Parts: sequence; structure tokens; C-alpha cells
Amino acid sequence: MYLKAKDITFKYGNKKILDKVNFEIETGQRIGIVAPSGFGKTTFARIIAGYEKGYSGTVETDAQRQEGYNPVQLMFQHPERAVNPKWNMERTVNESWQPPKELYDEMGIKDEWLKRYPNELSGGEIQRFCVIRALNPKTKFLIADEMTTMLDAITTAQIWNVVIKRAERGDIGLLVISHEKSMLDYVCTKVVDLSVINKYSK
Amino acid sequence: MESVLTVENLSISFTQYVKGLEKRELTVISELDLDLKKGEIVAIVGSSGSGKSLLAHAILGILPENATVEGKITYKGEELTEQRKKELRGKEICLIPQSVNYTDPLMKVGKFVQLSVSESKEEAKKRQRKVFEEYGLSKEVDDMYPFQLSGGMIRRVLVSTAAIADSQVIIADEPTPGLDEKALNETLKLFTDLRDKGCSIIMITHDIQAALKIADRIAIFYAGSTLEIANREDFCGNGEHLRHPYTKALWMALPENGFHTLTGSQPSPLQLPKGCLFSDRCHHCDEHCHVKRPDLESVHSGKVRCVKATIIHEHAHEHDGIIHTHKHVHNEGEEEHVS
Repeated sequence: MYLKAKDITFKYGNKKILDKVNFEIETGQRIGIVAPSGFGKTTFARIIAGYEKGYSGTVETDAQRQEGYNPVQLMFQHPERAVNPKWNMERTVNESWQPPKELYDEMGIKDEWLKRYPNELSGGEIQRFCVIRALNPKTKFLIADEMTTMLDAITTAQIWNVVIKRAERGDIGLLVISHEKSMLDYVCTKVVDLSVINKYSK
Repeated sequence: MESVLTVENLSISFTQYVKGLEKRELTVISELDLDLKKGEIVAIVGSSGSGKSLLAHAILGILPENATVEGKITYKGEELTEQRKKELRGKEICLIPQSVNYTDPLMKVGKFVQLSVSESKEEAKKRQRKVFEEYGLSKEVDDMYPFQLSGGMIRRVLVSTAAIADSQVIIADEPTPGLDEKALNETLKLFTDLRDKGCSIIMITHDIQAALKIADRIAIFYAGSTLEIANREDFCGNGEHLRHPYTKALWMALPENGFHTLTGSQPSPLQLPKGCLFSDRCHHCDEHCHVKRPDLESVHSGKVRCVKATIIHEHAHEHDGIIHTHKHVHNEGEEEHVS
């Protein structure tokens, strides 16, 4: 399956931030995106994940929406802001699907965490749940915007190893946005510089 | 070299109401040790929930009221009492907070930095301009609001608040995440410049790579305790020179070193093991590790809290292979624990 962005242009007020960006990814691929701050990486991620309106150009995919579930999922840098503080973690994950026990184990999640609320867990612990929530089999493309920036090295490796496995099996296409070059080199099969494919340059 | 700041056997617990009037004591930091020498940068590296920010709050005396602190903090040879903390914080001992969220969104950044000067308004203005100039912040910046500045500029403004106060000890809380390479190197240079002027700096971070770029020594925190204090040079190769299995695991988890993961997670303060805090994830663990919390002992010009540290350390030199057991964990799922 593919996810294709064609001639994406976006402005904040009068300030053009993305100019005719073309990009394509297929399931099984792992592509990294780099660029200095302010070059529109996050904006681009939000556009192809369907969070941003008011851009010109098109985003196309042959992955189907199933029962309202978007096959393109976006992962955020701050997991605390991506969960409902009044839902426990089990409910948070089950809103998406019922993952098998092995996936929880792989991610190093302890049984008792399921009954806890976000304020009773650390950022790294919540992010593991967010990743599992997004690994619903209906997800075909996972867009990770600084997904592990706030996490320690071991948790970072733990999360990526699970996600890479899914991509290697061909289940998902992975788009990774980060400043950490060594991580991108390990996780991704290809790294694209947005300041190069973006026609608008500062 | 003389120590400016020492923390000995620190513990912090919080009194919490669980249900109605039922209370519980939650110990989040126990047996935590650290020392900071004049003109050095010590990085405190740990994952979230390891207690690294709480240590900073304890040093500054800004913990919430339901916190109980035990142990001893010494500053320049004298005990740092709550009264002394109050007198010194913001002056000799400064905190550089994490992000733009700690500035006042409605205050011009020039004015914001002037607040750190206790002398007259004119003096404050003069000094603020001088510090900004040193940090390459032009005159227009004085009258800008935080939202008008880039991440790198905000960082320089936050560092200015410490530099203007002539601080002796600076505690920087997570100064690096989310910065691009250029801004990251700029930020780290601000700290090395302050060190070169004689400041002692504690850099709190989860990012071991950033820490290794500037820190002289690295203290590894885990579940509220110091597991190891290592020198920067110890982080090399396959971690043969590192003393604690957790530190080795952290090092080997870096993408450059193979992205090796570890099963399980840091124990919660509600369920700390009786013995070594890392015992349930450790490959070297045996019955000795469950008896009691190991003491922090000196091993090869560093310190470590592990009963088997000397043995592991020597083995690592003899035959390299033993450390690599971490490598395959992520493919094999749950490993066996010897208990």
C-alpha cells in the first residue's frame, strides 16, 4: 500500500513554510525525515496524517478507512498530551483495539499499569501504551514525530525494536521525524532531508 | 579538587492521602549520593521517574510541603539548611529550567532576566544588556516576548538568568531535548563556557549522548538511587570500563552501539525490590543481590552500587563476551531470572 503527498504547500499567515513538497512511502518502508527546526517537519507530518487543513496539494493513499479508523496514525513527542487523563491505560488502548498479551510483554508493560491513570505513570511508560494503541492492525502507516525524544536510551531501543519488527513484516510503513541522526540511521532504510525536497528555502 | 556540593544518603518521601484520611508514605528517593567539584560538569542521567529532577528541587529547597527529606547536603563545607537554601537560591545556586514554559509569556525577556539581579534597576538593566551581548542577543531582543524567539534563543535567555547572577553552582534541568544539531551544540557550549569561568554545573538529562559531549563525570540514577558515578572516558567500546550492568545496558542501547534493548522496566516506588534495585532486569543477578541494597563503593576511580561490580569488571577485561548477553534479549522475549 502507498501513501503519497503531492505538491504540498502550506502557509502560516503570509509565511510559506512548505512549498511543493512531494513524498511517497509504501508499507514495509522505513523513511526518516530530517531538517533544522522551523523547516516544517511537524507541519508536514500533521498534513499527511490528516490533522491539518488549509494546505494545497493532495494526500492520497490506497489504505482504506475501516469503521472510521484512520489507517494513517500520528505519534506525538509528549505522550501525556495524547491521552485522556480521566481514562485508565487499559481503556486508553482499548479505544483502538485489544492487543495480545505478548505485545504488552514485548513493550515491557507490567499488568498492574493497565489499571493506572496517566498521572500515575512516567512519560516513557505512557508512550509505550501510545505505541501499542497505534499498532492496531488497521494501521498501515505510522508517523512518528519525535516519538522517543523525551525517553531514555533503553526505553527508546525497546519501543523502536517493537515497531521495526512490524515494519519488517510489511505490516506498516514507518515515517520517522527526529533530530537524532544516529537513531534515524539505525531505524530507517532511507533518510530524506526536508530542507532539500521543500522548494521553499530560508 | 575540593567539592563544592555533596549529597550524602539523601532520601525523599511524600505523604499521600490514599482514601479518606488513610495516609501512606511514598519513598521516591533513597540512598542517593552525589558530589560536585569546583569547575566541573556532572551529568545526572536517568529515565523519567528516576528522581533526577527531585534532587534538583531538594538542593534548591523547593520541594512541596508534603515532602520529607533526610540525609545531608553540604555546600562549600557547610550544611545546606533550608534557611541557607533560601538565601542562596537564585544567587549562588541557580536553576536553569527546561523550557519556554518557565518564562513569563507576558513579560519582555530583557525584564525577565533583570529580575535575577538584586541591585538597583539601572544596574540590573546594564548587566542584562551585557550578558545578552555576550550571548549574541541583540538590543531588539530585550523588548521581545518569549513567543517571538526561537528555541535556541530562549535557551540563551534562560542561561542568561544564571549567568547574570554570578552563580557558583548551576543546575540545568533537561536543557537539550528537541533541539536540532546546531542549537544543541550552541547550548552545550554555553555550559562549557560557564564551566571555564569557574562555575560548577549539574546537568540533568535522559540523553546520555548530550551528557557525554560535555560532562566530566556521569551519575547514573535509577529508581531513586545512584547506581554508578562514572568518568566520561569510561563510556567507550562495549562498555568494558563501566561498572554497573544498568550503565552498560544504557550504553549498549544507543543506536551507535547496536540499539540493544532490555526487557522489563524501572520498578515503581510502590514496589521496590528488597535488594539491588536493578536485580529483576540484571543478567548477573544471583542470591547475593536480593539480600540488601548494595552500598556505593569505589571501583576503578568511580563509584558503583553493585555487589558483583568488581567481578563483572574484571571479567569484562578478560573475555569480552560476557557483556554481550544483552544483545539478543529483544529477540528472545522474556529472559530467565536467577533468584
